Amino acid sequence: MPKPDRDPAFERRLDELRQEAKTQGRVEGRGVDIAGSPLPIAAVKNGPNGHGPNHRGKPGLERAVQSGADKPGYFGMPVIKPPVWTWEIPIYFFIGGLCGMAAVIALAATVFGQPEIVRAAMWIAAFGGVASPVLLIMDLGRPLLFFNMLRVFKLRSAMSMGVYILTPYGMTAIPGAMAVELAHWHLLPDGLWSTLLHLVAVTLTFAAGLSGMLLATYTGVLIGATAVPAWNRHRSLLPLHFGTAGMGSAVGLLGLFGYTLRPLAAIFWVTVAVETILWLWLMFRRHGPADRALHEGLSGHLLMPAEILSGPLSLVLVSVGWMQAAAVAFMLGSLLSRFGWVQAGKQSSKDPEAVFASQR
Amino acid sequence: MIGEGILSTNQRKHTYVRDQRTVGFYTDPTLCIGCKACEVACKEWNDVPDDGFRWSGNSYDHTDALGASTWRHVLFIEQDQPRGRQLAGPMSGDLLSDLTEHEDPFRWLFLSDVCKHCEEAGCLEACPTGSIIRTETQTVLVQNDICNGCGYCVVGCPFGVIDRRKKPLKDAGGAFKCTFCYDRQASGLVPACAKACPTESILFGPLDELRPHAAKRVEQLKAAGYPDAQNYDPVDTSVKGIHAFFLILGNPEAYGLPAKPEIPTIHLKASWTSAFLTAFGALGLSLLAFAFLK
Repeated sequence: MPKPDRDPAFERRLDELRQEAKTQGRVEGRGVDIAGSPLPIAAVKNGPNGHGPNHRGKPGLERAVQSGADKPGYFGMPVIKPPVWTWEIPIYFFIGGLCGMAAVIALAATVFGQPEIVRAAMWIAAFGGVASPVLLIMDLGRPLLFFNMLRVFKLRSAMSMGVYILTPYGMTAIPGAMAVELAHWHLLPDGLWSTLLHLVAVTLTFAAGLSGMLLATYTGVLIGATAVPAWNRHRSLLPLHFGTAGMGSAVGLLGLFGYTLRPLAAIFWVTVAVETILWLWLMFRRHGPADRALHEGLSGHLLMPAEILSGPLSLVLVSVGWMQAAAVAFMLGSLLSRFGWVQAGKQSSKDPEAVFASQR
Repeated sequence: MIGEGILSTNQRKHTYVRDQRTVGFYTDPTLCIGCKACEVACKEWNDVPDDGFRWSGNSYDHTDALGASTWRHVLFIEQDQPRGRQLAGPMSGDLLSDLTEHEDPFRWLFLSDVCKHCEEAGCLEACPTGSIIRTETQTVLVQNDICNGCGYCVVGCPFGVIDRRKKPLKDAGGAFKCTFCYDRQASGLVPACAKACPTESILFGPLDELRPHAAKRVEQLKAAGYPDAQNYDPVDTSVKGIHAFFLILGNPEAYGLPAKPEIPTIHLKASWTSAFLTAFGALGLSLLAFAFLK
């Protein structure tokens, strides 16, 4: 990193810059534009905001187009940086939630002997184990360096913890699904090998279920423990919201595949009820500027229909017995809602009043 | 310490890195002339790319904000209030009537903003690769060759300093911010911005010398007719103080600084509690459903 070869010449350059600043009062350089930029000529002539010489009618001082006094913070500029994440991340939130919770269903179905459900759920789980890392790596600024994620283990970084949830998840869900499938086809003769395969399938399913339940909920921590006002305001709600949406989507998808056992229907009922309560909470428990991104602008327009789809609308559809329609509505709502939450983070961090309201 | 020449910590060589001494910046807007020499010096030394020109209309400042390719940013703040015992506007010679009728109270504040190098740094805690480290001088440094551009530090910073560099700029995809000229400091040199500053508005030195100096400076300014002078160094929040701290006139929000910045890790406990409760709730619900419904 040190560039000693540049030192002697560069130290003289710094002295020159200092001298220039002292004598000229301003310094310009590549990428730095100051008063030498296009000047607000009209403002110089007419005073601030074009209201004549100046606001008391005295000959004007040279002021710029806008003094910024009517805007929050520094000319209304964002105080914190918006998240740089693109479409991959909300889709990952959706898939990670759905597939992680599918592994939980597989675990429970294994315990209570529902092999058909185990098989279907583990296939869904394995899909998540493949798709999630692909989406995450695609979103990296330097995808080829993704292995650097495994350099450290950091309890205080939700992103690092996510890596150590997703990695074991993928490493158990994918071979787990294969083991379940192999056991299903009875390819091995009964005896030691077949018992061993069954044991491996059960162990991997259990491990996938336990890491999957965290995969579906940690994403709420990931965005909850940030400086983004709309997100950290709901740091407790988000893991519950994402986990519930994941579970509802998992049983919904199983339902669409034709697995409509009573336990699955019961789980769906509970998730729809919880989502409806969360929708009511978000609607009526507003926190002023800090979380106004949830109700205004593009993110508001995404979140409102999304939460209605997976909350009250799904509840109505379930109540009248249209399970398939409810499953579609719920999953569509969950997917839209993930986009809405990421968008809300972007909007909220560009809103200086939201940041000031949450860091005061 | 203040004053030019060989005695100024802004100009002389040092051994802070070898001595593992905590260093800091103290940036004083009452001394800043808004020349932007620090911005130019920073860009030139660090080879920070030009991220394009945007006519902002925000006073005469077209840099907008700190970011991946802007590590020093001189704010131009215009306020409709007098600056100290300043007289502005045309004078008639009659001081009293000048003050009451002709005076147009106005102050133009310049402040060179920079990465704060927090005592408890949000970006450093968030980084999942260990790319962001704390150096011998307790500054926060991003190791460009390790960063994979996950973007989590961007939402971890309560000051909006660090950002991911966009294409087509060089080294795009990685996260960048002020390095506190770690490379220069390692060879005993002063950070480029401080060295180029013509008024020592940017003061570089050991933090334990800067803090008492800053306290004295505020007293001095208050006595000189700046009642709203204060130091911006949030030691009583979860950030626990910043190593690049500022003198400010008026409220911090006008400078785009949150009054009480918090490190996002304070939200971890509540959020993980909810995550674990939800996870085990989901597991319990599934087990119960399969146990009692056939």
